This record gives sequence, C-alpha cells and structure tokens, in this order.
Amino acid sequence: MFAKGINFNFVKKNIVKSRKFAYSWNKIKNILIGSNVKRGLIIQLIIYTILISVGFVYLYPLLYMIVTSMKSLSDLLDSSINWIPSGFYIKNYIQAMNVMNFKSAIIGSFYIALVPTLFQVFVCSLVGYGFARYDFFGKRILFALVIFTFVIPPQITMMPTYVLYSRLGLIGTMKAFIFPALLGQGFKSAIFIFIFYQFYRQTPKVLYEAAEIDGAGHLICYFKIAIPTSIPAFIVSFLFSFVWYWNETYLTQLYLGNSGMGTNSSITTILLQLQQFEANYNALYPANVYTTMRINEAIEMAGTVISILPLLIIYFILQKYFVESVDRIGITGE
Amino acid sequence: MKKNKMDNIKIGKFKIIKVLKKQLPGYLFISPWILGFLIFVLWAMIQSFRYSMSNVVLTPGRIILVNVGFNNYRNVFLQDMSFVQTLLSFFISSILEVPVIVVFALIIALLLNGDLRLKGFFRTLYFLPVVIVSGPVMDKLISQGATTVPIMNTAVITNILSKSLPQWLSNPIVTLFEQVIIILWYSGVQILIFLAALQKVDNSLYEAAKIDGGSAWECFWKITLPTIKPMIFLNAIYTLVTLANSDQNNIITLIYNDMFSAIRGYGFASAMAWMYAIILSIMILLISLMFKEKREGA
Repeated sequence: MFAKGINFNFVKKNIVKSRKFAYSWNKIKNILIGSNVKRGLIIQLIIYTILISVGFVYLYPLLYMIVTSMKSLSDLLDSSINWIPSGFYIKNYIQAMNVMNFKSAIIGSFYIALVPTLFQVFVCSLVGYGFARYDFFGKRILFALVIFTFVIPPQITMMPTYVLYSRLGLIGTMKAFIFPALLGQGFKSAIFIFIFYQFYRQTPKVLYEAAEIDGAGHLICYFKIAIPTSIPAFIVSFLFSFVWYWNETYLTQLYLGNSGMGTNSSITTILLQLQQFEANYNALYPANVYTTMRINEAIEMAGTVISILPLLIIYFILQKYFVESVDRIGITGE
Repeated sequence: MKKNKMDNIKIGKFKIIKVLKKQLPGYLFISPWILGFLIFVLWAMIQSFRYSMSNVVLTPGRIILVNVGFNNYRNVFLQDMSFVQTLLSFFISSILEVPVIVVFALIIALLLNGDLRLKGFFRTLYFLPVVIVSGPVMDKLISQGATTVPIMNTAVITNILSKSLPQWLSNPIVTLFEQVIIILWYSGVQILIFLAALQKVDNSLYEAAKIDGGSAWECFWKITLPTIKPMIFLNAIYTLVTLANSDQNNIITLIYNDMFSAIRGYGFASAMAWMYAIILSIMILLISLMFKEKREGA
C-alpha cells in the first residue's frame, strides 16, 4: 500500500512536470508560430515580408517609370546611375507636355471621362432599380442578357455601331459616347447595373412601402428614397466609370482617332496622344544633324507619367472609396 | 351559367390589365436599357453576322452587302495564317494566365485577411494598378522592359523552356514570365472581391473547426475554399473577360486593323470577330463546367 502510494506520487509529479514543459513549450510556440486561433510572431513576420516584397515587385514598373522620367540624357547613358538620378531633369516633362498637346488633351480626357460617366451612372441606377425593386415577366432572362452584354467581345458589335454612327454623323463627336451611355450600353455598363441592382436589393422594402402608403408614386420613391440611400453606390460607380472611360483607348481611337474614313475630330485625349507619342515627337522636333534632341526613354516615360498623374492624384485622394467599394456595395452578399 | 362565364372572362381581362399595370413601372425603369440592348447589341449582332457573310462595300452614305456565304470564314483560315495562330496563342495564354491571376489574388487576399496592421495601406497598394492600367501606358512600360521582375533571370528560363517544350507551349509561358508584373496588375479587383468574400465567411464555422482541432491549413481547404467557390468562379470569368478586352490582346488589334484594311474590310473583320467570340464563349463554358462539376461532387 505504501509502495503504491509513492509510486502514485512519483507518477503524478512526472505528469505535472511534463505538463508544465508542454505548457511552456506550447506558449512559446503560440507566440512564435501561432495557434489555430491567432497568427504567431514568426508567421506575422513572414506575411509582412511577403506582402512588402510582392508590393515592391508590384510597384516596380511605376517606380521605374517615375525615376526614368527624371533622368537627363547623360544620366541615362551613365550606367552607374540606376535608381537615383543626379537631379530632377524637368526638361523631359516640358518636352513631353509639348509633344502631347497637354492642354487640349487633358481637357479632352476630362471631358470624355466625365460626361458619359454622368449619363451612364444615372441610367444604370435607373435600370438597376427597375430590376431590384419590381417583378415583371421575363425579368430573369433580361437580367441574364445584362450579364451577356458584359461577356460578348465588343469587336462583334463595333463595326455596325461604327457604320451607324458615321451615317448619323456622330463620329468624331462626344455624342458617340453619350448615346450608348444614355441607353445603358456604355463602357462596362453591365457592371454598374449589377452594382446598383445589388445595392437596391439590400435597401429594406419597408421604406418604399411606407412611402407608398403616404401616396408616393414610383418616380418619387426613386428620387426621394432610392437615390439618397444609394449614395455609396453612386460614388463607387462614378469613380470606376470615370477611370475606365479615361483609360479606354480602343473605342476612343475608333470614334475619335483619325484612322479609317479620314475622320478627324477636334477632341483628343491624353492617352491617344501617348499612343502617337513617338510620331508626334518626331514631327515636333525633327531630327537633324544640328540638334541633339532625340526621343529617349526618359521623355517617353515622362509622357507616361503625365498621362497617369491625374488618375494617381484622384486615387490617392479618394482611395478609401475605391478600396472599400466592394464592401460598400456588398456584391458578395448572400 | 353563361353570365358566370362572362364574369370570369371579365375578371380574367381585369386581372391581365391589373398585372400589366403592376408590371409596367418595372419595364419603364429598365426601358432605356432594353432600347439600348435592341440597338447596340441585338441589331448590331445581327448586322455584324450579315457583314461576316458578305462582301462589304462602303460607298459614301450607303453600304452594299454582297452575299458570299461562309467565304469570309474560310478566308480567315486559308488566307490569314496569323489569325488562327494568334487565336490559338490567346487560348493557351489565357488558360495559363487566368489561374495565375486568380490564385495570386486569392493568396494576397488570404494574407491580408488576418488582423494585420497597415491593412489599408496594402489594400491601396495592391489596388493601385487597376486605376492606371490602360493600353498605351502598358505598351510604353512593356517596350521599356519595366515589366519583368528585375531579380528573375528570364533569359535562363526562356532558354530552358524553349529547348524542352514545343514552341506553341513555350512561347506563352515565356511571356508569362516576361510580363509577370503586368499579369499581376490585372488582379486588383479580384483581390478586393476575395477580401470581401473572406470577411463574409461565417466565423462560427472556424470556431467549431478549431474546437475539433482543425488546423488553419485544414480550415482553408474544408471551410474557406468551398464557401468562396462562387467568388472564384466570378473572378475567373471577370479575369478572362478583362484579358480578352485588354489592349495587349493581339487579336483585337488584328480585327481593328483588318476592319480598315483595303483588301479585307468589314466582312472579313466581322468573321474574325465572330470566331473570336465563339472561342471566348467556349472558354467561358469550360470554366463554368469546371465549377459545376465540383459543386455536384461535393
């Protein structure tokens, strides 16, 4: 009996010891690697390292662009200068601005990004509201067709549309962009219809019912309830639409560029100018024996920086709206 | 009896009118879109199909279509070798690039999802390219060689790949490595969508799994992935459509150029556009089939 007691004590001590050891080991492990509840220090460190290094790689073209745009010709040729130019060489920017016709191009860009966007956002909100709030025959098919318009390549519809526009005399004018936007077929309209649809579906029906009891009609419901409650969706759609119209060049080139049927419009955008940068440069500064002015990558990069600078400024001021857009609209709802 | 029937009809008519009246506002709200769809999609598609079947002669103010049947389609295959090749390389490179973009976006979203400091900063950083991506800008960056990872030695990879693989497969993989940054730049929107989806995953599921001793790794495969599967599907389609419409895509430049070329013109270009659309829809079908099968198996 006595022996048994000792034995028991001994075992107990051992268990406690091993438990203590396991406990402290677990604690260290929890701090460093983490448990299944929380990430540990080492894991956190690894995550930060990955995120920062991938982030650097991600921004590399942008950094390269900005650095190169500041280099003078001697900096470009000097192989010892890699990341830090010997000074800010502003002449690249002045030349690039001259080549790109900066003033009229930037006005054109703003114009073409802003006006169709306003129409597009408003019409898409109307359509999205119609889909979200009302039940009607063929709604599912029609909504599937909305998605369908997003998927079909624009190359199919582009030629008949071009013919139609040239017959109506719209080529080279802003109307070529405004009309489709007005009819909910602007650039990536389907996405915006979808955004508004998702948003309006989430507004409580009680609001509308209460208004209807008070005698509000359909339009009043839309203007007095739907629009004020969907400001976030409007902001997000507006910003994305603006950016996408700004960056769109395929159709812009088709409708405003001077290719094809010899149409030459007075509207130009900054990206169209960037596209023709080299040709424009050579026209403006013809190469001859006496000047050393030749196009180099620094000037081209300066032009590229100029063309994205307005967007970068908009992004950094309003980045909250861009980055939280998906959360705000709740596309992933359900 | 007769009267009763009349009543019924009356009620029926009344009902129809009532239902119509109830449905009318909905139709009115979406009427701009319906009109736009009829003009810019349906009419345009029919018209473009007619172009593709005919020889299009443009005269000032009028368009003359001469029906040539499927000649344009045949010519695309027989005359223009570059189109079929470009189409094929687009097909292969998208098959490679779509998974890369989606998986990259998912990994970044998973890393960002935890309780991370500077989360907002990283989100801003990874979303930035979406704002500035455009055809001319990309062209300039690619022509400057600013799109490869500087540390990666692409020359070696290119060399090995081109020796060991057939050209049609090695070329897309080489471009994948050479333009890896540009490809990753397409993942901004997808990261946001994944992040939002990850935050919606029911936390009690994880808690239950943790009580049962599930590791983070198991949680990912058994809980996270099945829950966000619809979002993976959405992102795959979105990625494919963006890649298909990006200015870096050679096919759409080819179609654009042929549209205004003197020999080829609208008919030929329309035939190309239709073939491109068919290939694209096959790819979309493939993606949706992939996701459907798994859903049934689970």
